[in-house]
Amino acid sequence: MNRYPLWKNLLILGVILVGILFALPNLFSQNPSIEVTGARGLEVTDAGVDEIKAALENAGVEYRAIERREGGKLLVRFATSGDQLRGQEAIEGTLSDRYNSALTLAPDLPGFLRTLGLQPMFLGLDLRGGIHVLIDVDMDAAVDQALERYTGDIRTLLRKQKVRYLTVTRDRKRVKVKFRDARTRDQAEALIGTEFGELVLEGGDDGSAFFVYGSLTPTDEQAVKRFALEQNITTLRNRVNALGVAEPIIQRQGERRILVQLPGARDPGRLKEILGATATLEYRLVDTGHSVQDAVDGRVPVTSKLYQDRDGRPVLLLRRVIVTGDQITDAAAGFDQRSGQPAVFVSLDGQGARRMRKVTTENVGKPMAVVFIENRTLTRLVDGKPVKRKVRTEEVISVANILEPFGRRFQTTGLDSSNEAHNLALLLRAGALAAPIEIVEERTIGPSLGQDNINQGVRSVIIGFILVVLFMAGYYRVFGLVADLVLFVNLVMIVAVLSLLQATLTLPGIAGIVLTVGMAVDANVLIFERIREEIRNGSSPQASIHAGYEKALSTIVDANITTLIAAVVLFSFGTGPIKGFAVTLFIGIVTSMFTAILGSRALINLIYGGRRVGRLAI
Amino acid sequence: MQMRLLKDLKIDFMGRRREAMVFSAVLILIAIVALAMRGLNFGLDFTGGTLIEVGYEDAVELESVRAGLATGGLPDTTVQHFGTSRDVLIRIAPEAGNAVGSDLSDRVFSSLSAAAEGRVELRRVEFVGPQVGDELTEDGGLAMLYAILGILIYVALRFEYRFAVGSVIALVHDVLITIGLFALFRIPFDLPVLAAVLAVIGYSLNDTIVVFDRIRENFRKIRKGDAIAVINTSLNQTIARTLVTSFTTLLVLSALFIFGGEIIHSFALALIVGVVIGTYSSIYVASTSVILMGVSKADLMPVKKEGAELDSMP
Repeated sequence: MNRYPLWKNLLILGVILVGILFALPNLFSQNPSIEVTGARGLEVTDAGVDEIKAALENAGVEYRAIERREGGKLLVRFATSGDQLRGQEAIEGTLSDRYNSALTLAPDLPGFLRTLGLQPMFLGLDLRGGIHVLIDVDMDAAVDQALERYTGDIRTLLRKQKVRYLTVTRDRKRVKVKFRDARTRDQAEALIGTEFGELVLEGGDDGSAFFVYGSLTPTDEQAVKRFALEQNITTLRNRVNALGVAEPIIQRQGERRILVQLPGARDPGRLKEILGATATLEYRLVDTGHSVQDAVDGRVPVTSKLYQDRDGRPVLLLRRVIVTGDQITDAAAGFDQRSGQPAVFVSLDGQGARRMRKVTTENVGKPMAVVFIENRTLTRLVDGKPVKRKVRTEEVISVANILEPFGRRFQTTGLDSSNEAHNLALLLRAGALAAPIEIVEERTIGPSLGQDNINQGVRSVIIGFILVVLFMAGYYRVFGLVADLVLFVNLVMIVAVLSLLQATLTLPGIAGIVLTVGMAVDANVLIFERIREEIRNGSSPQASIHAGYEKALSTIVDANITTLIAAVVLFSFGTGPIKGFAVTLFIGIVTSMFTAILGSRALINLIYGGRRVGRLAI
Repeated sequence: MQMRLLKDLKIDFMGRRREAMVFSAVLILIAIVALAMRGLNFGLDFTGGTLIEVGYEDAVELESVRAGLATGGLPDTTVQHFGTSRDVLIRIAPEAGNAVGSDLSDRVFSSLSAAAEGRVELRRVEFVGPQVGDELTEDGGLAMLYAILGILIYVALRFEYRFAVGSVIALVHDVLITIGLFALFRIPFDLPVLAAVLAVIGYSLNDTIVVFDRIRENFRKIRKGDAIAVINTSLNQTIARTLVTSFTTLLVLSALFIFGGEIIHSFALALIVGVVIGTYSSIYVASTSVILMGVSKADLMPVKKEGAELDSMP
């Protein structure tokens, strides 16, 4: 009696061993490190490695190791976070135009764990330090902007078609066109209907004047809002990437919010500067009439301007701008239908489209360039003091030949890869924010506070654990020791599952673990009290063990499911830290059912099972 | 012997149920009055506003911090020590209609940094816009409602509707008294505390379910005695487990309260209060409610017969 078949013991042992393996990476310390990437995603070359080494050595900063990482990144490990900060200053100070450096924590794992791709738990911002910003996108403004565009487009349409209107204005959520007589109005209504089929048109008059009202359908309004949110996310992501943060999180939250989390970032002021930067695009014709070399040598024609492309090659462009970025309404990556080459599809608003058509008709076969322009305020450390300055970046991101005249929608080919096409589409859309943004929530945790939180959290887990272990051993003796052992295994399993899922561990998450330590013994308490009861009722030790586990099972399941319900509600409602609490609570309850029921039974069976037992030490 | 302390008990729990009802009623009354008169001291998460925690290299006088803020043009702030005399917490109320919100923290830190000649470190910034705060308050209430509803459905399915109502009464009792205490002593009620209250809901239920489980089992097993006697037996059989589990949970929560740091303080406190009240309510409130609703043996008899009939149906 009370023996588990071999396979069951092996299965339990197997699960525990796998758990230990997954939990193992958490035992190794994490080095304060700097992740170095080439500017604009370029790989760091061997020469670059030497440059960075030299920069660190010149500044007298000691580093532990320099490693190559996937994607041409470089990881510089330091012994202390003080060295890490000085290291970043050294790299930023001398090499900031070519490299982005980001503070991060890198686990110092031995080779075999790294080969298996195992990672320690993902620490939340409150534990590792960093900046959390919640951004609200002004959706009404996005819709207003769309209507403003229609107002302009309708005005030009009517003027071009020689329809005599009095005024075209935006009247709250619709476009209002005023006419002197009903006949003109009907004529205009038909025209607008053909050109802008997506608008809902409605006629009206107030006795003296006649009107056409155009409004967006609810579906279109939703589409405008969705587009605004997506474009803002793309814009912000590009800007955050430029900031150089390891593992940034930028995601949509709800209907109109964007969450930006930057682990390891320390300067919220700088983040806000970057998020608030303005970037735009311009389309210009390439000056084919003059020599680029002459221009480089200083003889730039008055009608032209010398630019550089991203690799630093000079490009001579005409001063006259064809189209600017705020006339771009959409951009998407795809493939050219004829050649199969990667392409970017761009949509312009009415005004931009007309201008584009005119210029391209006159210049078929000639090259046209896309110029990327960015204004931002940069803060650099000069002699240890932050100095702000405004920087305007202008660079040519693409040059391609005009194959045929085009207007509202066109494609840009001549890109190297579909990846580049994708990036260009992103850049085009990221050119400007589609709607104004406002920071509605900010949480910054300094690195020292993060470390304090880890220390205090870990200390409470250990002390709580020891108290429970002592109490259980004293109260239930041998059975208590079994409960203690499985409680420890439960802790290992929680850590293993958290590491495996890479779920974010937060300070409330640690509190959840502490709480589970207290509650996980509950299952064992239920079982042991049952066993005691059976013994009091005169059952044999073996029968008591059997009945104790049997009878307690349904109670344990019922009791734990109610807590699981609370955990699920917490998870679905909660924001960051609360979610962390819910996750550990949930995982802790599930693993505790495995360890407290199956694990403890296996141990008890090994100790007492299959032999004559006089008394149970319970 | 000490180990025998909780064995073979024959306490007449239900005989004291009237005193318990009065006790609970008084507690709830105090809680409601405290909530109505004083209200909850909602933290930044719900009200919106700005909070900045800075750490100085040496102990610092609050006066000099205030002076530094005033020089930076920020006089309307609450300044207090946080944990140690080197850590300072600065709170700024949300400014209605003022758009600078998120830039405020930068201004605060730069003026402090200037005043302390850089010998100060930014430890934490929390800025919550008023609209976010309002949403959280609403979502928090909804979450509480959903948790209670989900549990009500589960218990009703697993047991019987009167047990479901009984467990929810115990639950509301625990939640009311816990947040009532927070209102009474004006302890800051922030997001983690809300999470703790939701965890209390889970814990309180956990306790109640274990008792109900035993009551159901005994209703089916014990042929003699009325409902009150059966419930008494059940409570005596489960009291050891109830106390042991509550005790271990309180052990770890005390560890969290003492060693977990300032941020987790009210969170741990809410849980401690909730666990104590939850333990009491699973013994007295839940069972008493079930008796008041007139549960009898017949209600909990296994429904095997119906199942057998169904099986034999064509």
